[in-house]
Amino acid sequence: MRYPKMKWLAPVVGAIFIALMSGATAKDVELSFYYPVAVGGPITKIIDGYAAAFEKDNPGIKIKAIYAGTYQDTLVKALTAFKSGEPPDIAVLLSTDMFTLIDEDAVTPFDALLKTDVDKAWIKSFYPAFMENSRTGGETWGIPFQRSTVIMFWNKDAFKAAGLPDKAPDNWDELVADGSKLTKRDAAGNVSQWAIEIPSTGFPYWLFQGLTTANDVRLMNQAGTQTYFDKPAVIQALQFWVDLSRKYKIQPTGTIEWGTTPKDFFERKTAIMWTSTGNLTNVRKNAPFAFGVAMLPAHHGRGSATGGGNFYLFKKMTDEKRAAALKFVKWMTTPERAADWGIATGYIAVRPDAWETPAMKKYVADFPAAALARDQLKYSVAELSTHDNQRVTKALNDGIQAALTGAKTSEQAMKDAQQEAARILRTYK
Amino acid sequence: MNPVHQASPLAAALETAGAWVLALLWVLPLTYALWAAIHPSAYSAHFVLTAPLTVENFVKAWNAAPFARYFLNTFLLVTMILAAQLVLCTLAAYAFARFDFYGRDIVFLLVLLQLMIMPDVLIIENYRTMGALGVVDTIPAIGLPYMASAFGIFLLRQTFKTVPRELDEAARVEGAGPLQVLLKVYVPLARPIYIAYGLVSVSYHWNNFLWPLIITNSVSTRPLTVGLQIFASSDQGIDWSVITAATLMTSAPLLISFLLFQRQFVQSFMRAGIR
Amino acid sequence: MHGLDRGAAKPPPYQYAAIAAVTHLARPNGTRFRMTAHIHGWLLLLPAAVLLVTFTHYPAVATIIDSFFSTPRGQQTAAFVGLDNYQAMLDDPVFWRALGNNIVYTASVVPLTVALALLMAIWINGKISGRPFLRMSFFTPTVLPMIAVANIWLFFYSPGYGLIDQVFGLFGFTTHNWLGNEHTALACLIVVAIWKDAGFFMIFYLAALQQMSPQLAEAAALEGASRWYFFRRVTFPLLAPTTLFVLINAIINSFRLIDHIVVMTRGGPDNTTALLLFYIYEVGFKFWDTAYAATLTVVLLALLAVLAIGQFVFLDRRIHYQ
Repeated sequence: MRYPKMKWLAPVVGAIFIALMSGATAKDVELSFYYPVAVGGPITKIIDGYAAAFEKDNPGIKIKAIYAGTYQDTLVKALTAFKSGEPPDIAVLLSTDMFTLIDEDAVTPFDALLKTDVDKAWIKSFYPAFMENSRTGGETWGIPFQRSTVIMFWNKDAFKAAGLPDKAPDNWDELVADGSKLTKRDAAGNVSQWAIEIPSTGFPYWLFQGLTTANDVRLMNQAGTQTYFDKPAVIQALQFWVDLSRKYKIQPTGTIEWGTTPKDFFERKTAIMWTSTGNLTNVRKNAPFAFGVAMLPAHHGRGSATGGGNFYLFKKMTDEKRAAALKFVKWMTTPERAADWGIATGYIAVRPDAWETPAMKKYVADFPAAALARDQLKYSVAELSTHDNQRVTKALNDGIQAALTGAKTSEQAMKDAQQEAARILRTYK
Repeated sequence: MNPVHQASPLAAALETAGAWVLALLWVLPLTYALWAAIHPSAYSAHFVLTAPLTVENFVKAWNAAPFARYFLNTFLLVTMILAAQLVLCTLAAYAFARFDFYGRDIVFLLVLLQLMIMPDVLIIENYRTMGALGVVDTIPAIGLPYMASAFGIFLLRQTFKTVPRELDEAARVEGAGPLQVLLKVYVPLARPIYIAYGLVSVSYHWNNFLWPLIITNSVSTRPLTVGLQIFASSDQGIDWSVITAATLMTSAPLLISFLLFQRQFVQSFMRAGIR
Repeated sequence: MHGLDRGAAKPPPYQYAAIAAVTHLARPNGTRFRMTAHIHGWLLLLPAAVLLVTFTHYPAVATIIDSFFSTPRGQQTAAFVGLDNYQAMLDDPVFWRALGNNIVYTASVVPLTVALALLMAIWINGKISGRPFLRMSFFTPTVLPMIAVANIWLFFYSPGYGLIDQVFGLFGFTTHNWLGNEHTALACLIVVAIWKDAGFFMIFYLAALQQMSPQLAEAAALEGASRWYFFRRVTFPLLAPTTLFVLINAIINSFRLIDHIVVMTRGGPDNTTALLLFYIYEVGFKFWDTAYAATLTVVLLALLAVLAIGQFVFLDRRIHYQ
């Protein structure tokens, strides 16, 4: 009788499989390192290269990189692994996930681990704009690494064709004025070229911060316990976004898909797009026209939100492992490596001294656009991040989308979002 | 329908035209995938006949993600699920069809419950169970919830019931035990059902997405669908040329075997009389 | 069910006759295995039963239990909270939105898919020209992964240069932001769902149609019945069991398949395309609120259970005839 054994077959196969997967030797300290990127792309090669170089410099420590896909996927994977008792040791996750990770009691702050003066200087060496999202309650929970921000890409040919000077709009008024010239509309009302696209799917709140910051208003407090979605300046900023479509008619109506925005830009469907600095390389390669990059236009203020990923150290590590993990994080963020990483990927090198390295100086000389994101940093704010972050963010995203589709007025949308956010955050006060 | 019912030639022509229009619409996404995959990215939204041809998109897609590994994973997954389903469903269906045991009817109803409440909607609890079993991020974990298939049990039970008792008895007279009877008499007679069921199962699990997305973490376990989604959702926006190339690559085995064995595909469904 | 009894494989007649003869010689009356039937039955069933209980019945019950507890977070463990999660659900506008969307979605996708599947089957079963091509086109979506084709549909719906806008542009229509508009986004996803499944269900109708006796049609034609009349009074009633099967499966799929939403809209804009399972996925695996996700799942299970009961009532009748 063979059949009663069948029910054991699958778990047995599973066990064998797991055994095959983990091939670490007993002596080495092996650090699992969750990284948010789809496998096989150029970035995995760079990270693999760093890991190998680190292992060579530090015999006895092995880095096991786990490429889990998007940031969202990586967070899911890291947290589920943590809950199932096999936590990652190091992970690069969104800076905005800081509160979520703290609330899940999943990560360790860095400060207590830093004993020497050199270490203490290291943690102060990053751009303050990046640290805004890495610190709360007097502790440092994340170390900036794969960081980006929103900038404006503009089609120089389209500007020339519209009779505009070779200069991107510097403030909201110029944006509207240039926009009406850039929008090509035929007699029947068909638009063959829009002036601007600010994408509003995926993470509209992040792009929205480019408008709120310009309107000189913050969306949340540093403790992550309160949001200000219904402040008049926030509503005004949203109204401006809506007006681009409905009043000035220089942006398509409805929500604009994040994923197709670069294609819209290449297809000349839009003359200006707002997107992540992470798109620099992509645009440089694929735009069939001369393009420029610029800071987001100012209004009462200027700036945009930083974004991207930080290093986090997970709990449940032995002291030996933790020391090794800290060593790795420090190794990954030296000025030389930060410069190398920035040049290779288009992400912003996270510390000022990285921009003073010879390699970076040469790169900026060849490709001045790369420095623009850095220069915008001094006006930048932290990306929206609170406790129960995904939910609060969704409340704001839904509100933004409701206003853009016309389902709600800007005021109503932001009041609803604020009410929902306050309800979610009430237990964290 | 039947020729004797054919209405006026005009109506018939209109009907044919309607059918063709619908068919062309239906095949449009595939046609577009072919177009975009074999032309440079600049032509992915411009349909000019003079556009240059290229295989670069396939090369790019293949190099951009470990599709070979994903293929292997999907192949292992589909094979594992199908093998388990065939064995488990055959045994269970045999029990329901030919054994009069305590609680049979109640148990059968409980089995049928899975026709409605499929594992796909129980993602939250099944995830927790897999965590408790310590099999998260393994290929068996993707397959486990599907291995005992109510659909398979139901189909095979119906078929086994049509096997004449005399055949069964004849084998037993020759000294065959219950399992040998099953293997020698029932299984061979249910061949069309096995083929049809196998086709449904393979195409279902080849294309399944949500549960594998949740339960897998790594390259060594991800099936094609999840690999494709991770590959397609980049911060850099969508490049349809490469995505369509990847789409064609990942569905090629099913697509080609379907195009080659179209008639047999459809016919095995009919012979099985699944409904 | 119905067609199985007639359509399933029969043994070759000669073999059947020979073996039957032997059986009768050897054992005239058939009392067999009565003693061991219970044990054998259960042993045969056991492997499947273990898996079914572990991955269908247990999680279904656990879902209901979990819905009365809070979500464990950090150091906090789950605590009994009674109906709190249900209260939160009733107060949650996104839940109502998702439920409403799902009802609209199901009520549109199911009848249209079934009607198209039937129409396709009738065409292919007839003498229409180009049948192999038609059959191929209709069935192709079934073998393509939804996750992949959703990306292609995303292109079709892209405003401006997307295929739909390009074609509409030829006729002078203005461009439309199909997926970015709260009024059209859900409809766009409905179209994709119909496109994906109609060809699959067509096969079942085709199988049923091919088993129908051609004499029926001939007789009706002799009596001068119109084609529509014949379809309405003869074909369609005879297809009833198939229709029921297809209907139930189409309904299940409309609750189960959300791959296209993950790729195309992620529930947006402003939740206009959020379906129940998508919201469950979001709450469970993005917000990490497993207790609330379980509560939402209970609603989904309740909906499916109502359908299941309906099906059992029907099946029960059929099974008793066998």
